[in-house]
Amino acid sequence: MAAITANLYAQHDRAALLESRQATREAPWVKYTILGVALTFFAVFLLLPLAVVFAEALAKGWETYLDALVEPDALSAVKLTLLAAVISVPLNLVFGVAAAWAITRFDFRGKQLLITLIDLPFSVSPVVAGLIYVLVFSSHGWIGPWLLEHDIKVIFAVPGIVLATVFVTVPFVARELIPLLQAQGREEEEAAVVLGARGWQVFWHVTLPNVRWALLYGVILSNARAMGEFGAVSVVSGHIRGETNTLPLHVEILYNEYQFAAAFAVASLLALLALVTLAVKSWIEWRAAQAHD
Amino acid sequence: MSFSSRQIIAALLLGSASFAYADVSLLNVSYDPTRELYQDFNTAFAKHWKAKTGETVTIKQSHGGSGKQARGVIDGLEADVVTLALAYDVDALHTEAKLIPANWQKRLPNNASPYTSTIVFLVRKGNPKGIKDWNDLTRPGVEVVTPNPKTSGGARWNYLAAWGYALKQPGGNNAKAQDFVKKVFQNVKVLDSGARGSLVSFTQRGIGDVLLSWENEAYLATKELGPDKFDIVTPSLSILAEPPVSVVDKVVDKKGTRKVAEAYLQYLYSPQGQELAAANYYRPRDAKVAAKYADKFSKVKLFTIDQVFGGWTKAQKTHFADGAIFDQIIAR
Repeated sequence: MAAITANLYAQHDRAALLESRQATREAPWVKYTILGVALTFFAVFLLLPLAVVFAEALAKGWETYLDALVEPDALSAVKLTLLAAVISVPLNLVFGVAAAWAITRFDFRGKQLLITLIDLPFSVSPVVAGLIYVLVFSSHGWIGPWLLEHDIKVIFAVPGIVLATVFVTVPFVARELIPLLQAQGREEEEAAVVLGARGWQVFWHVTLPNVRWALLYGVILSNARAMGEFGAVSVVSGHIRGETNTLPLHVEILYNEYQFAAAFAVASLLALLALVTLAVKSWIEWRAAQAHD
Repeated sequence: MSFSSRQIIAALLLGSASFAYADVSLLNVSYDPTRELYQDFNTAFAKHWKAKTGETVTIKQSHGGSGKQARGVIDGLEADVVTLALAYDVDALHTEAKLIPANWQKRLPNNASPYTSTIVFLVRKGNPKGIKDWNDLTRPGVEVVTPNPKTSGGARWNYLAAWGYALKQPGGNNAKAQDFVKKVFQNVKVLDSGARGSLVSFTQRGIGDVLLSWENEAYLATKELGPDKFDIVTPSLSILAEPPVSVVDKVVDKKGTRKVAEAYLQYLYSPQGQELAAANYYRPRDAKVAAKYADKFSKVKLFTIDQVFGGWTKAQKTHFADGAIFDQIIAR
């Protein structure tokens, strides 16, 4: 024990020595230049646009700002955006956990294929994703004529928007979980099985508690994407006002109608969402770090 | 904001659930610059229809580039009526999907175009480059902004107006016209995909000396963005742009909305509809209303597409199809 402690102290001393030695330290001006460049970049490319959004939104005063948010088309856009998120996030939660668990805990044929498929929405342009649905569900598409006969609307209606949103958000939960589950290995779960736990019990009492912060993180990211998605949703929306416009589409419409203050007001809602996401994310990371200690 | 599971399921199963609540609902699929016009017109028509029949009608709007909107309707966007930028795009509903009969343009007066417009120039205040007519656009150093004729209806009118002008000059012929239009497009700095995009490029981003624009867009821009920033220049000769309207037969027959959809379009021709068109800077067809607003629109000699180009189908094939004259002009 004493030897270990002594060893630790020795290491600590060496670290201090390295810190104070000229050759192993950067000159202060190098350090501050790099820091300055990084902070300037951060301010110009991240903080400034964010500030501009809020400044423009409030350019014509609070009243215009609030009017833009409670206007019926804006409210319907908010509702639709929330609806798309409320459906796609739980779906991805269930699918993401199932896929990540299957991939990291079992060996099966086609595993690599499944991993590739999960990544597909990241590698395909959102516009193409939208067009896929148009090709399948449009009145000239594969199953469009059948849908038309039965009076079921998919594209240019709410279901199409939900489908497109689900598609673009598929990878987030699974991608967060897979590396963590891989790093943790199977030992704890195997121990649980040896001790007599059933599959569901293993998952509920061993696997899930281990990954809960990563899971929450994935959910937050997929929610942010679900609410902010533009490309894929734009293609399948049909842009019917008060019916198939989500928040990002509504922003574009307002901007094109010279209602700049209103456009930025609605954009500020999305920016707020981003800030809340960031705050929650930092909180989760902090909690996750604590959980590790 | 909360959703009960039943609401969510209902919304999922019936994307059109909201249709059930209103008595009747129409979807008007239109092109970019008509947003303000139809906002006013829809309110007026709903009031008119309520007074006439007691029925409550809700009109939903969808706007975008004319060609793109036609594509949407062909792909299944359930428009009761289309009000697009040019006849060729409405024709596509017949040729591509048989949604409307071939003779659609004969069903309403004036080639089914209740209002017209033309192509004018929007320049920076005081007209620093002294742009007066089409031939000024070919001068070196004049930067021109227009949307892309491949995707934008308005841009096709721009192109044809320039062509028609060159053709009508003394000694004008097709070869000279092509050379002239080529020179104009050599001065083009940005080809946006739609009329609103070009307008934003010119007004907000400050690109170019002159924007080729729908007359109504030019007036709207000066009104919205400040008359102290831009001037409108009307050329000596321009094209009579006829944005046509049509009921989409297949949709209205399925939804049972034919009566109200037809009344909606006919109301565009009524004195009230014509007044609203004029108030939104479209040239009214009705002689009385036109006389009333005569001083609002500058006098300009206009030629039609039928006179100079033999109609849209022919113009499309000669000028805008793949490998046609526009493609040859752009390939430098």
